[in-house]
Amino acid sequence: MTALPEFLKGNEALAYGALRAGLTAFYGYPITPSSEIPETLAAKVGRPEFPRFRVFLQAASELEAINLAIGTAATGARTMTATSGPGFSLKQEGISYAAAMELPLLIVNVNRAGPGLGNLGPEQSDYFQATRGGGHGGYRTIVLAPDSVPEMARLPALAFSLAFRYRTPVIVLTDAFLGQLKEDLPVPDVAPEEWDTSWAATGARGPVRHVLSSLHLELADQNRHSRHLAAKYAEIARTEQRSEDVATDDADVVLVAFGICARLARAAVGSMRARGLRVGLLRPITLAPFPRDRIDDLVLSGVRRFLVLELNHGQMVDDVALAAAGRAEVRGLTEVGGLLPTSAAIGAAVEAMAVSPTPLVAAEEVDA
Amino acid sequence: MSAAVGYATKWGALPTLTGAPTHYCAGCEHGTLTRLLASAIEARQARERAVLVSSVGCSVLAHEYLNVDAVQAPHGRAPAVMAGIKRARPDLLVFGVQGDGDAVSIGLLELVNAANRGEPISIFLVNNAIYGMTGGQMAPTTPAGMVTTTTPNGRDVATTGRPFDATRLLLGLDGPAYLRRVFLPVAPTGSADVFNARGALDGEAAIRHAFEVQERGGFSFVEFVSTCWVNWKVSILESKRYAARVLAPLFPPGLYRDRFGVEAR
Repeated sequence: MTALPEFLKGNEALAYGALRAGLTAFYGYPITPSSEIPETLAAKVGRPEFPRFRVFLQAASELEAINLAIGTAATGARTMTATSGPGFSLKQEGISYAAAMELPLLIVNVNRAGPGLGNLGPEQSDYFQATRGGGHGGYRTIVLAPDSVPEMARLPALAFSLAFRYRTPVIVLTDAFLGQLKEDLPVPDVAPEEWDTSWAATGARGPVRHVLSSLHLELADQNRHSRHLAAKYAEIARTEQRSEDVATDDADVVLVAFGICARLARAAVGSMRARGLRVGLLRPITLAPFPRDRIDDLVLSGVRRFLVLELNHGQMVDDVALAAAGRAEVRGLTEVGGLLPTSAAIGAAVEAMAVSPTPLVAAEEVDA
Repeated sequence: MSAAVGYATKWGALPTLTGAPTHYCAGCEHGTLTRLLASAIEARQARERAVLVSSVGCSVLAHEYLNVDAVQAPHGRAPAVMAGIKRARPDLLVFGVQGDGDAVSIGLLELVNAANRGEPISIFLVNNAIYGMTGGQMAPTTPAGMVTTTTPNGRDVATTGRPFDATRLLLGLDGPAYLRRVFLPVAPTGSADVFNARGALDGEAAIRHAFEVQERGGFSFVEFVSTCWVNWKVSILESKRYAARVLAPLFPPGLYRDRFGVEAR
């Protein structure tokens, strides 16, 4: 393979990462700030350096894009679509069907500010929609959150790996800032993984046929299928939590942040450590499953204060509080509308928290 | 819905039919179409490369009866799912059965854009002028004056629009290679209770031509004018007479486009 360009926007890096992971087909509809993904891929279809990438189509709508993707995913091919908030809402119907039909599929949401049309600035306000299964019928998806351009390039391979291992849609939730940010991109060549696709609908062989349907008219059948999905989601929650720790060992306050906020938090940890404040960062890489086991570890090792930094009115803070289960103080620092919190605001919030009385709730009391 | 005799058992087994009893009502053309599809697939020896896309509506269980690989589509989205399969696997014979509500109302965007791009897929539209599965609501194809559960005084075209002619809409696009409309019900002959089954013969020929067009790289679309006596709230025989009297003039059967000349061969 030829080397990738070495200075790229996040969106471009994600497109290259998907190609490196063996992408076969991309379907998308233009929407700012995600359009560099289809624009990058449109120029790569049929190119010899990406021999697996055979299908690119600009769809007539977000609905058409996700359903074209469903069709291609049903053949066992690696399929991706990308969008931003308003388009992500439109795709939810298809994601629900893909979850029910157990199709491996990669959906990218470059989160912009909302609700409604909002603006083109960064937000993380689609966190709930992404992590709770944004469509109808009680499914879950895996949600990955990069925090750098190199990680935008790396995560598609992990996303496809998880999508095929568990036969489920995987969402990469990034934001307008990371999508547009340009960084150096040293990405090593990796050979695409191969997965079992014997379930795919590519023609019946004798008595063996493949029916990919979400319809289970008999109540007992739907009950069985829903339980099967729930068991799969429980296994994913047990085994696929991913996160990164920065200086959490002796921290009095642990910041919890993903995506662009993790970068702000990382910088804040550095400057506050330099001033003698014992501050750390927990960065969820999987927003779903949420790395609640890591929060639990931190609580058990004595952390009593979490400050959740996010670009919405407070969404991930609920997951941190659920994981802390009353054993630690959990506060949020939020910003919305496309703005980012200032380093001064982050510093002030950390200092206010660091000098507050240690929460009296002990782990044993909660466990009892 | 009522239990019906399995077509495979009553009319002789075809390997492309599962033999499962269908949920289609007695007298419904969905059952006829299922049999015709199986026959046309076998005529092309295409069972092992056929992929059915099931839409939402009375066609939703087609994969229970057709013994081929199948993928289900959300309501109206079947043309997009078909195109996604075909683009990834051009070697497959990709087809779907859609109802009028599915294809012409909620899924019009997907139908029109797949047609305009000339996607090499075959779409079979069952136009029975009403929503069958949901219990008899007005469809885009409902004739003026027809009483449905949502037009209790008859369809008022002044406020709900005129019956939608999907075939002629697609004729306005350059993309489709094959457009045909078939009157599928048994047709009255003039003599009181004598009907002919010409529609089924036309229907099977149209399906075979549609598959031929797809495998030569073109978009094919066949609209089957059909009946729904249960939701029209008439007898089976009266539904056939109504279809001949009202629907056939509204949706004239015929060959609307045959770019590859497959019917001349």
